[in-house]
Amino acid sequence: MNARIGWRLASVAVGGLFIVAWQLVASAHIVSPVYLPGPDRTWNALVRGFATGTLLAQLLQTVQRMLVGWLLASLAGIVLGACIGLSRPARAYLGPTLEFLRPLPASAVIPLGIAFFGLSDGMVLGVIAFGALWPTLLATVHGFAAVEPCLYEVSRALGMSRLAVIWKIALPSSLPDILGGMRLSLTVSLILAVVGEMLASRTGLGSGILVAARTFHAPDLYAGVVLLGGLGYITAQGLFALEARLLRWRAVR
Amino acid sequence: MKRALAIGRGLAFPAAAIVLCQIAAMVSHLQSDTLASPAAALVAGAHAFADGSILLATVQTLANAFGGLALGGCIGLILGILLGSSTTADRLMEFSVEALRPIPSVALIPVAMLIYGFGYRMEIAIVAFASFWPVLILSRNAVAGVDAALFDVARVLRLPPLARTIKIVLPAALPRIFVAFRLAAGIALTVAVTVEVSTNPLGLGYGMMLAEQSLHPELMLAYLLWIGIIGWGLNFAIVNAQRRLFGRSANVRTAT
Repeated sequence: MNARIGWRLASVAVGGLFIVAWQLVASAHIVSPVYLPGPDRTWNALVRGFATGTLLAQLLQTVQRMLVGWLLASLAGIVLGACIGLSRPARAYLGPTLEFLRPLPASAVIPLGIAFFGLSDGMVLGVIAFGALWPTLLATVHGFAAVEPCLYEVSRALGMSRLAVIWKIALPSSLPDILGGMRLSLTVSLILAVVGEMLASRTGLGSGILVAARTFHAPDLYAGVVLLGGLGYITAQGLFALEARLLRWRAVR
Repeated sequence: MKRALAIGRGLAFPAAAIVLCQIAAMVSHLQSDTLASPAAALVAGAHAFADGSILLATVQTLANAFGGLALGGCIGLILGILLGSSTTADRLMEFSVEALRPIPSVALIPVAMLIYGFGYRMEIAIVAFASFWPVLILSRNAVAGVDAALFDVARVLRLPPLARTIKIVLPAALPRIFVAFRLAAGIALTVAVTVEVSTNPLGLGYGMMLAEQSLHPELMLAYLLWIGIIGWGLNFAIVNAQRRLFGRSANVRTAT
């Protein structure tokens, strides 16, 4: 255990060394400060952004968009995925279409969204929800289709109703797949939120960093990128924690 | 026969949907700046093929995707082999990898724009960043998972580290490294299209945005369909190559 903490500290120290190297490169002006501000100026921009409230407002907008879009996508993905996964004919007829759509870049629906909704908040949300739908949907279909057949036989022997079968057997059994899909969906949501904000010029970190780049405010730009990295990290860790909690029963075998 | 039946079933739903859309468009005498009938989209697509514009855009997008994949994938592979074969290096880099990996690739669009302006270099840099991570993580796991007995063989043969890596570790980890590149290829295409849709005036993504902005929904839909076919075709080709090259040994779990 002690060795683990020691290694952890050492790896944080290595990360610190990288930041020091970044500072040295920036201070020595090896790369023009127009492109690469040092960690000091980036940190100042972060502090200033939060002090004036602009960065916090942008962050909250992006978080809200990402989470609402993700929840919509997850809900729709699980419901639709359950319907398709439970029925063999639905899988036979819809499966190939889903397989065709799976590798389609989610951002390719953005022009379609703009055509329908214009450059609005609704467009950004719709694109996030639609793009983030697929990983959860496909994972749910797979999870429901891969339920141990013995469990269905047991449920029949117990005379369980169809709803009880879904709730007590199929859903818990496919939960690992669903959560894996939702994790991917969350990443897609953040990406689409940022791109959507850039295109629709809605308040948020995406449009914030784009404006910072266009006006050559490199420290603000890097501050936004750091914040987006932090956002990605925290949401992913949060979902991992949730997953560990929900899947506790799996570890005890 | 069974296979033909399965394909027929799979095609039934999209075919029915397209026919229904066509009928709806014809019955309602569709005149719209946002929607177009499937037939109009097909005609627009055929025109775009005839004048070469969609082919040029495809070449641009694929050049960016594969350029970025080659760059990011090679750096990722080298670092992955390093981290996979040295536990010390792996533990020391743990924090840095954890801190940098969650940065969404699209957040680098403005950074690359600031440094390179628009064009191939900017897009390739972003695609390289995006495809770097899956290759790094998966090739690290692949190398770390190589049978320890093989390392004993290398020791008995007194192979120097470089020869050991090239002659023993790489061949043993190759199937899983191929899977890493398969995943990264899909990501590379997605990111390339995303960069083109959002900022970079090149390729399929930009062609689609241009069609939308110039109120040519039929051309936009043709592009969308073509991007879908490219994505599916790329995936199909790589999965087939994987089966042919590695057979069953490539059936590994890709979860990281």
